[in-house]
Amino acid sequence: MGDRGNESGSPGREVVGCARRVPVLVTPSPGSPPHPRNTDVRTGPTWKDAPYPVVVLDAKGTVADLNPPARLMLADHHDGGGPRGAVPAWLAAAHRSLTDEANVTPAVPPAAGAIGDRFFEAHPGPLTDEGVVWWLVEETGRRRAEASLHRAREQAETRAMVSSTLLASLNVPRCTEVATQLAAEHLADAALLVLPPVGRRHTVTHALRGGPAKHTTRQFDARDVPGLAEALQGFPPVPARWIDPGALPEWVVPEGFGGPVGSVIVAPLPGHGVSAGALILLRAAAEQAFTPDEEAFARLFAARAGTALSAARLYSEQSAITTTLMRELLPPTLESLHGVDYAGRYRAASDHERIGGDFYDVHPGADASQETFVVLGDVAGKGLEAAVLTGKIRNTLHALLSLASDHQQVLTLLNGALLSSHHTRFATLVLASVGREGRRVRLRLTSAGHMPPLIVRADGRVEEAATHGTLVGALPSVTVRTAEEVLEPGETCLLYTDGITEARGGPLGDELFGERRLRQALVECAGMPGEAIVERVQMLAAQWLGGGGHDDMAVLAISAPRTAPAGAGEDPRRDT
Amino acid sequence: MSTTRPPAAVLCDELWRAVLEGSEYDAVDVVRAGLDAGWQEEDLLLDVVAAVQKRIGAEWAADRITVAQEHAATAINERVIAALAHRPAAGRPVPPHRGRVTVTCVDGEWHAFPARLVAEVLRLRGWQVDYLGAQTPTPHLVAHQHHTDSDAVLLSGSIPTHLPAAHAAITACQAVGVPVLAGGRAFGEDGRFARALGADGWAPDARGAAAALEAGLPRPTAVRQAVDDLPHLVDQEYTMVVRARSRLVRQVLTDLEARFPAMRGYDDAQRERTAEDLVHIVDFLATALYMDDAGVFTAFLGWTSEVLTARGVPVHSLATGLDILAEQLRDFPRGLRIVRAGAAALSGGAADVAVRGTAV
Repeated sequence: MGDRGNESGSPGREVVGCARRVPVLVTPSPGSPPHPRNTDVRTGPTWKDAPYPVVVLDAKGTVADLNPPARLMLADHHDGGGPRGAVPAWLAAAHRSLTDEANVTPAVPPAAGAIGDRFFEAHPGPLTDEGVVWWLVEETGRRRAEASLHRAREQAETRAMVSSTLLASLNVPRCTEVATQLAAEHLADAALLVLPPVGRRHTVTHALRGGPAKHTTRQFDARDVPGLAEALQGFPPVPARWIDPGALPEWVVPEGFGGPVGSVIVAPLPGHGVSAGALILLRAAAEQAFTPDEEAFARLFAARAGTALSAARLYSEQSAITTTLMRELLPPTLESLHGVDYAGRYRAASDHERIGGDFYDVHPGADASQETFVVLGDVAGKGLEAAVLTGKIRNTLHALLSLASDHQQVLTLLNGALLSSHHTRFATLVLASVGREGRRVRLRLTSAGHMPPLIVRADGRVEEAATHGTLVGALPSVTVRTAEEVLEPGETCLLYTDGITEARGGPLGDELFGERRLRQALVECAGMPGEAIVERVQMLAAQWLGGGGHDDMAVLAISAPRTAPAGAGEDPRRDT
Repeated sequence: MSTTRPPAAVLCDELWRAVLEGSEYDAVDVVRAGLDAGWQEEDLLLDVVAAVQKRIGAEWAADRITVAQEHAATAINERVIAALAHRPAAGRPVPPHRGRVTVTCVDGEWHAFPARLVAEVLRLRGWQVDYLGAQTPTPHLVAHQHHTDSDAVLLSGSIPTHLPAAHAAITACQAVGVPVLAGGRAFGEDGRFARALGADGWAPDARGAAAALEAGLPRPTAVRQAVDDLPHLVDQEYTMVVRARSRLVRQVLTDLEARFPAMRGYDDAQRERTAEDLVHIVDFLATALYMDDAGVFTAFLGWTSEVLTARGVPVHSLATGLDILAEQLRDFPRGLRIVRAGAAALSGGAADVAVRGTAV
């Protein structure tokens, strides 16, 4: 059909028919009648002049008429591979559904689809015998913007996820695992993370897409991998296009990679001022090579991974130092010695610490005939500074072990040592010398400004050891009185710090746990093994506190075992 | 070998007698004899030692043994586990070859026995186990994850009031990328509370835990917060009840004394016992609010009334206590609903129960 047909021939009739129904693109001139129905379309601009493509499809779905923009548009369609003379499939489908269900209002949202490399929405006019006029509105720009927004959102989500996942763990091996897996998942077909060498060996973590990360250590020359030496030294990255995949040493390509490597990125992992390692990304030859965009994203990823790794490394270095320094300050694990049971439990003032101002130690006698020397004490204050002083006191007491049988002398020497040190803190403590006599346990107990030990008798009586004295580290001299006690089998002597009795809480929230409640609790503990008593006292104090704050709490039990194996005197549990 | 193996019931009886007498040596001898007779260590731990521990709890609840006996028996039973675990190297199973896991109790949880059993069973099955024990502060648990890179954390809880703390531990471990397998009575018989708190898995017992680990737990990736799992928490009822715990207890105590003249004659210790019982009630109410599950509260009341009945404790009306509590909760629709459900369950069960009980 000619493109002038609607002006001169019979097809024009169709247009008129349409024009009556469709709000034609007519610019009413001043004085035009208000109803388009009455407008003489032949004299004004017609739909043919519309700037949007307009296509008239007949009942069979073939093009009955079209305007010049539509002609151009369809030319694109045909250039793009569509059959000549036909409309795009999506438009044909929309047309069919419209003509098949004549009485149904057009589907919402409107039909839309691609024509050539552009994108259109199609709005139909009413259905007539002659067909339907389809107005096509170009959406290419919006679609592209939407797609780009969608991509950007996806990337942002990936980045956020990558960041939070990378930063989650402060464990170096875990961190390298996560980084390698994420890189293989989002950036490449396989990823390798190479840590800076320790000695001449590198730790290499590798992962295939969707697979687990595996750690290996190997010795190699970083210069054998193009770009790796530079990356490990923190030089600017070598562009992916400069790296020849064929030049990669064999170990770089993980087992199961499947096929030759097509493109490679070697990205440095910048740490906090030093290189945290390098990331090698591999893409199979069958896949598309890395685009500059992807390369930029890979570098960003590497930067995040480097920060996370560097933080994890710092943390593990610091915590290794702390652990080493703290080892000497931690309360010892207690067990049975020379036929006497010892049990202790310590709870630091704050839940994130393990040490504080309370301490205890058990120094076994050279053999069963020698007394075991026990100390439990409390340095004024809490936290690390108090803990450091407990370490000093424990060391000093350790050095004085040869004098341990003379409590007064030990305390006098300790007092002198504390007064002459730069610490201004003082301490209270209880010393106990413990020896076994047949099935009984003989104790000499000395309190230096500390709560006297409590003795839990087999019949449920709870007695206070008759010892008292001045604290150490404050006055020029120390005066103390030592008490002697005997534990029958099943009896326990309990040493504790004021963190227990001064625990504040209870059902009404503001009471001290107090010595009365402690004694009451101990009455119920008659006959229990020492470790059960210690646990129960700590439990009751903790429950009394509820969620409230507290001081350091230390409890130590010295017990005469209730039952003894044949040949008592030797420790029965050391049979391994 | 197994033809001469004594049945579990026989070993259980022998071990029960030994732990009740507080005789560590006899107790250890029982399990060693079991080993010599062909018992596997895992079966001994789970079918004998665990069974005896269960009996210790049941006997205590039925008031047939004292709290001291219960503690002593538990301590002996723990030494039995230690004796099994620390046998000479020749008798030990293969060295760890599976992976590394952390076994721990919820912060505030003192019942370490179930966790200890799980730890030993996993060791026997070839896992490298870090056993952190009872009352592990959540910060320690998280720091341990940074240090060790565990494949999983196994979190044990016995008492439902620790569920909020368990939730904190679960989200914290997951935030550092470690999956959490929950277990223990606190998480419900069917593990529904473990699911509600977003745990990566739940196991009914030690064998179940081992099976779940062997099947593999995926690493958590998404970072969640408490309110993501339990959106009802935004109504702040849980927060406010926890904050007002002491005030609520004091108020209920005062009102109870006004209504029951006999209570005015209580000495300090009796008054304190009653206050402690009220604390348990409020704690369980708070937990029910946290989980948005009235069953937590009614189950506690039912259990309490059973224990009290066993002890023949003198009667005050628990129902009255609940009434007074309900008056205090006028502005808390969820709390009110839970307290009323508890009161209804009580009146349907035991007719008149005292305001007493502990959640040991």
